Order: sequence, then C-alpha cells, then structure tokens
Amino acid sequence: MRSSRGLKAVGRNVLRKDGVEKVSGAARYIDDLSFPNLLHARTIRSTIPSGHVVDIQYHGDTTGFTIVDHRDVPGRNIVALIDDDQPCLAERTIRHFAEPIVLLAHENRERLNAVDVQIAYREATPNFDPAASKTSFKTIAIEKGSLDEGFAAADVVVEGEYRAGHQEQLYIEPNGAIAVPAGGGITLYGSMQCPYYVHRALKVLLGLPDHKVRVIQTETGGGFGGKEEYPSMIAGHAALLALKAGRPVKLVYDRVEDMVATTKRHPAVIHHRTGVTRDGRLTAIDIDALFDGGAYATLSAVVLSRGLIHASGPYRCDHVRIRGRAVMTNTPPNGAFRGFGAPQTQLAAEIHMDRIAGQLGLDPVRVREINALRPGDTTATGQRLGDCSALQVLRAAVERSAFKRRRRALAGTNRGIGLALFFHGSGFTGGGEVALASKASLALTGRGARIFVASTEIGQGTRTMHAQIVADTLGVPYDCVEVNAADTGEVPNSGPTVASRTCMVVGRILQRCAEEMRERLGTLTPGEYLRTHGPLVITKQYEKSSAIAWDDHSYRGDAYGSYGWACDVVEVEVDPDTWQVKPTAFTTVHEIGKAIHPMLASGQIEGGSAQGIGYALFEEVVMRDGRMANCQLTNYIVPTTLDTPAIDVVMLENPYKHGPFGAKGVGEMPIDGPAPAIINALRHMGIDLREIPATPEKIMAASAERTGSGITKSRSARRYTKPSSKTLHALREKP
Amino acid sequence: MLFVRSPRVIFSLNGKRTRTNAHPMKRLLDVLREDCGLTGTKEGCGEGECGACTVLLNGAPVNSCLVPLVHAAGSRVTTIEALGGRHRLQRAFVEHGGAQCGICTPGMIMAAIALGPRPSIEGIRAGLAGNLCRCTGYSSIYRSIADASRRALVRPAQKHAAFERRARRAR
Repeated sequence: MRSSRGLKAVGRNVLRKDGVEKVSGAARYIDDLSFPNLLHARTIRSTIPSGHVVDIQYHGDTTGFTIVDHRDVPGRNIVALIDDDQPCLAERTIRHFAEPIVLLAHENRERLNAVDVQIAYREATPNFDPAASKTSFKTIAIEKGSLDEGFAAADVVVEGEYRAGHQEQLYIEPNGAIAVPAGGGITLYGSMQCPYYVHRALKVLLGLPDHKVRVIQTETGGGFGGKEEYPSMIAGHAALLALKAGRPVKLVYDRVEDMVATTKRHPAVIHHRTGVTRDGRLTAIDIDALFDGGAYATLSAVVLSRGLIHASGPYRCDHVRIRGRAVMTNTPPNGAFRGFGAPQTQLAAEIHMDRIAGQLGLDPVRVREINALRPGDTTATGQRLGDCSALQVLRAAVERSAFKRRRRALAGTNRGIGLALFFHGSGFTGGGEVALASKASLALTGRGARIFVASTEIGQGTRTMHAQIVADTLGVPYDCVEVNAADTGEVPNSGPTVASRTCMVVGRILQRCAEEMRERLGTLTPGEYLRTHGPLVITKQYEKSSAIAWDDHSYRGDAYGSYGWACDVVEVEVDPDTWQVKPTAFTTVHEIGKAIHPMLASGQIEGGSAQGIGYALFEEVVMRDGRMANCQLTNYIVPTTLDTPAIDVVMLENPYKHGPFGAKGVGEMPIDGPAPAIINALRHMGIDLREIPATPEKIMAASAERTGSGITKSRSARRYTKPSSKTLHALREKP
Repeated sequence: MLFVRSPRVIFSLNGKRTRTNAHPMKRLLDVLREDCGLTGTKEGCGEGECGACTVLLNGAPVNSCLVPLVHAAGSRVTTIEALGGRHRLQRAFVEHGGAQCGICTPGMIMAAIALGPRPSIEGIRAGLAGNLCRCTGYSSIYRSIADASRRALVRPAQKHAAFERRARRAR
C-alpha cells in the first residue's frame, strides 16, 4: 500500500465525474428517455392481502392494448434472487396487497388509465403478526461460550424488548424501466443498483441466453437498497410487455405505487437478556430477534444474517447467544435498505446499553468504555479483530460534543443528550464475496484508462471514487480516467452495488488492475504503449485474503473482511406542548479506514445520519389490513431542511490493509447510530422509550409513566420555536 | 364574438416566446418535459411535497406538478436549462457536494435562486423546506449556496477551468 504522500487524487475533493450533468439538468434518468413507438404501461395489482384470483374482467375499450398475465411468461414465472418463491406475476395465489397480476400497455396514457380491470377473489385469512407466523424464511443461531457460565458470573440481569417499524427508502426518483425488443432478445434500461441482478432475473423469466439480454443502468436518482432487488421485478414486467407487443415499453411508477408496492426496511422485535457485573462488565448476552419479512423471501435471509452478526454491538463478551428468525406475513415483501438489518439490532443493543448503565448507576460512556471491543478481542462469531477503533471513536465523540458537561447542564430541562456506539461490516457477509467472484476491467486509452465495472453510481460517487483510485495507482491525472456506463453488454460483473462494498472490494480489484497496467506500461506513456503494442485490457477477479475464514454452517469465523466504527452524540429538545422532538446538535465520529474523497465520504455520513433521524422520529409506515395507509409524501414524513440539524462530521483514518489505499466501507454505517442516540437522549430526560419511530403520541404515553426529571416548561428551556409545517402536518394527518 | 381564441397557450420559457397546443389543464411539469422537451425538471411525488419539479413562475418558485398550463399563460417560466450549466450556484453544487444522486438538484437550485443574494442560513432552511433531498442531509447544499453567494460578492468573474471544460462537454 502506498502512503498518502504524493497522491494527486486520492484523499482530495476532486470534482465528481457526473456533477456538471446533474446540476445542469442534462443527466438522463429513466423517465427522461423516450424511444420511437413507445408504449406506456400499467400494473394491475391485488386489492386483498391473502386469497385466490377467481376471475378477471376488463371494462372499457381494450382494442390496441397489449395485455400480459402469468400465461405470457416464456421462462420461469419467478423473480430470480435467493429463494425462487416470488412470482413475477401472480398466478392464482395472492400473498399480499398490491401483488402484480396483470400488465397493460398502450401508446396513449389517457386510454391506458381509462380501462378498469375488475378482479374477483376468494379471500383467505391473512396474518399480519410476525409472532404468529408459521412460515420462517430463515433461522440463524450464533453461539459463543456458555450462557450458563456467563449468567452465573453476573451480579445483575437486565432484560428488555425493543421494536423498530418499517422504513421506506424514499429515493426521490421512483422505480422505473424501459424494455426495448432487440434481435429476439431484450435491452433493458432502468434505475437500479445491480445491473447483473436484473440481467439474471430477465434470463430466467424470459428463458433467454446471456447474450440476448442486455441491461443498461440509467442515471439513478437514489437507491438506499430500494433499487437492489426490486428493479428485477419492474424490469421483468416491462420486458414481458415489450416482447409481446414487439415495441419499446416504459413502466415508471408514481410515488403512491412505489410506496405501496415496493420493498421497505424489515420491522423487527428484539429481545435482550444480559448478565453484567456490578462494576459494569458484560458476562452474558442472550438476544432473540424476529424480523418481519413480508410475503416473499426476497433478501430476508441475508438481512437477518447481517442484523444478527451486529446484534451484540461493538462489545466484548465471552458468552453470547444470538438467535433470530425472519418470517412471512401477508404484507408487501420487505427487502434491502441501507444498513441491512444492522440498524434494527444495534438500535436494540444501544438502548439496552443505556438501560444497563442506568441500572448500575454508571454513566453511558463508562459502561461502553469498559465493554468496547479492543484489538485482539473476538466478536460474537469468534472473529479476532486485528484493528478496532471502538474506543477511539467513542472518546473522540464524547470529547468533541462535550458530552459529559452537556449531560450535566441539560439535566432537568426539556432537552437531553444521548449517544450510540456502533460498527458495520464492509462487504458481503461471510463467504459472500468468494461466491460473488466479482470482476473488474481496466482498458488503456490514449490519455489514461477507462474503467469497466457493473458497480453503479447512485449518488454516492462510485464513478469519482473509482477514477481516483485508478488515477493514483496508474500515475495519471484524475481527468484522464473515464468510467464506462454500467451496461452488461460492455462491463464485467463486479457484483451488486450494495453492502458498503463498492469502494473497499471493487475499488481494490480496480487498484490491482491499475497496478498491473502500470507494470506493463513501464516507462511508456499510455499513448506510446497503444501505438507500440496495441490495445490493453486488464481484468482481475476478487481474491480472498488468506487470513479470512468463515464457516456458514456453524456461523463462526470472520464475518466481514473489516469493520467501520462510529459514535453518534445527539442533543434533542422536546416541545412541551406538542411532544415533538427536535434534534438540536449532532456530532458523529466515523473511522472508515481512509476517505478516498473526503467530501463524498462526509456526504454519505451526513445523508445517512439524516435518514437515521427520520427513522428515529418521523418515518412511520402505517400498515392497515396489510396495506400502507400513508403511501404519500403528504403523510409519510422524511426530514426536511427544518428537521435536520447541522451534522458535525469527524472522520478518523485507520487504514485497512486489503482496501484500496486503506479504505473500508462507509455507505451504510451512518444509519445505524442516530436512532439509538436519539432514544437515549430521550431517556436522559426520563422518557423510557423502547420503540421507533418516536412519534409525539408515543413520547406522550411514555412520559406519563416517567420517573426522572422529565419535561416541564422550566426556565432553562429554550424559547418555543415553531415546529416545521411538515411535522405539524404529520400530527394532524396521522392516519 | 369578435374573434375566436386559439386554444394555444403562449408563455415565455427561459426567455423564449413559446406557444403550445397542449391542454390548458395539463400540468406545467408535463408540458415542459413532454411538449417542450426540457427534461431537467423532475417529478418526485406529483403532489407538491418534494419540490423536485420546482421552476420559477415570474421569478417565484412553484411546484410545476401543481400548476396547470393555463396558469402559466402570459407568464415567465424559468427552468434549470435556462442557467446553461454555468450559473455560480451550479458550479458551487458540484464543488461542495450539493448534488449526489442529482434528482432533487435542478429543483433545489431553482428554489435556491429564489432565495435572492446573500441569504442567511435561517433564510436558506426556510426557503428550501419544500425541497426534499434524501442523499445529503442538506448540509452540503447549505455550503454550496453559501459559497455561491460569497462568489457573487467577492469574485463574480472568476473562471474555474476544469468546470468550464466539463460544462462544455456536457452541453
């Protein structure tokens, strides 16, 4: 690994590759594209949560329409992912509200929307309660040491149950795809994170060979996991219509359809039972987690896996048992969302930690200092940590936020301060990266090089960060490195753009490509090499470090190549009239190995923290009879400018030797911490809340039973400030 | 009747007199994107909550998904395309990370223009409260706007070579 000295691009805030197009309105998102003879499409969905389709009737003029149902599927009628349980179009059985049944296409949108499709059902009794579910998608147990021994050594046992609701990814650009028939196959344009997921799903659905399916990512207006697996569904729908009609078909959801039908973060109930000595040392951790997977398996198994591996938090303990299940309910399937199970489990772990501190009469910093993982310690899966920055981020955040002084100063007011210490594994869990066997290519150009990866730019800065890594490794200026479109016809499969892996894993493969290219060039410039030797393309595949070992059967070993470490400190103020919580100060310290582009990395941390604030306070998915009742931005509230405090970001660097220039992942970790930090700030005020979102109603109920100082209009309270119109709206409109 | 009115709606679009035969009740957003071919204005929610479709109507920011075309008759409509990629706000949004996925950016920049010169941080927060960004947490947007207003005051004519080069390529 090179030192940062002499680096011209890495570590600097170079201009992002796609910046000019995005600020000028020239960037082309899926809905900005059009094709000759384009048809528009519409999805007809179930209006019941459970039952069978009995009859389908079309009312209105359907001449000239292309109509597709499950009988038109040429291959297998599934959305190919992990378990092949989800049909692309429902055949007879309905397992959730808004399940797609029939597809319509027509060139005229007014006529398309004028047709009324009546579906008769035989209804079955739905189950919306995960605890009552009889179907498990996945069960996992992680065991370390002996619980009996651990509890025998404990002076105190602390127990508690914590709950998190759904969360909508709410990328501002809804899901969309355009399918174009081409030479007996299909070319699919779409807003997505994982072109090769869509590629595989289309091959299976359409029964086509590799070369007959081409998937091209268009500029993507946010993903956050919401465009990890769902695009395979919408792409399949557009492709089925396009093949039947023999014309291009555009299918772009409006906001309501996107919120009602697409995946969300898994709701979870997590039970902790912890043994602890009087002086604050953890002796036994017993955790039971229940994740609501919704109607189909999607990614529930791996969400559960990441969730459980992070469930005991960044703490050392010799005796741990973590058990969990992801189960089926008759609600729309839940899926990937930034954090991928870890925000739910670390919410529970960190609220629980403050409750332990409270019971022992220790301060929250002290109990974490005693138990934080140190280099040489082992995690719940038995992974021995070489590097570990848990204590460093904790101490840096406590100092920078003046946590202890503020905690004393705010005591007894309607303001509180709380913290959360957390970690996040980079890359696929366990043997995932080996199974993916990702490839990346680098082609020599006259000026420098061109990057070929399927890793997508979804706002986080993939193109920019990859180009920086290649530029400095190859020794050419950043502007001389180009990035090819994520087009499966041109780029190798560098794996999905998920799991905080795009920089650490794919960036490292690119770095190895650039290292070899540098060697081949010798003393020649790229132009000279091309003139003398002709074209040069270098392709490399992921190589596992020999130090990483994982056993998927026993769930033991090195769950991740490396972990990022972080600590959030949040100050909140509760309005004594409306019970509305307003975060007033936010400090976060992240250790991410190396910030390739400090501004982009900081942008991930700020944005992820804001999403975490929404998860903690505002973002409530109201499910009524298996259907999202508040499926609009009018009543599903995400943080606005007025709800988001200034976020003070500190990045620490502790290079990871297998990451490019020492970099680890950064995308997901920021969303793990804000919710527990905010709930712990409420606890500082004497409000015992164990559930998010912490809506005013829940805080009011919890405050009624409060024991501590609590909320009064004391003189030290700040002057009343008017809540934002959006949050007031939330209070009025809550369904 | 003295004369028969044409169904055409005439308005000024980015300084150019524009006529359209689109239905007078068609959403201004759709007229801009479909009839005028200007796709820089985005749709995020279709109900006036997200602000991705913000354009200026006679200089004031509006959600173009809530404005029927007829409301724009005889008015000045300004979209992101009018700025040509060279406005100091656009440059600042690139340099300070104000744009990540970019879908909210055109609307955000149009709303920022309506803040006027040298807005205070409170003014920025209040003025952008109707524009949602899911990527940035807003701080980098504030920094972009603050930097643009500093530039307007201190060094209005300064050129940024790399930016200009890319702006030309993008166009």
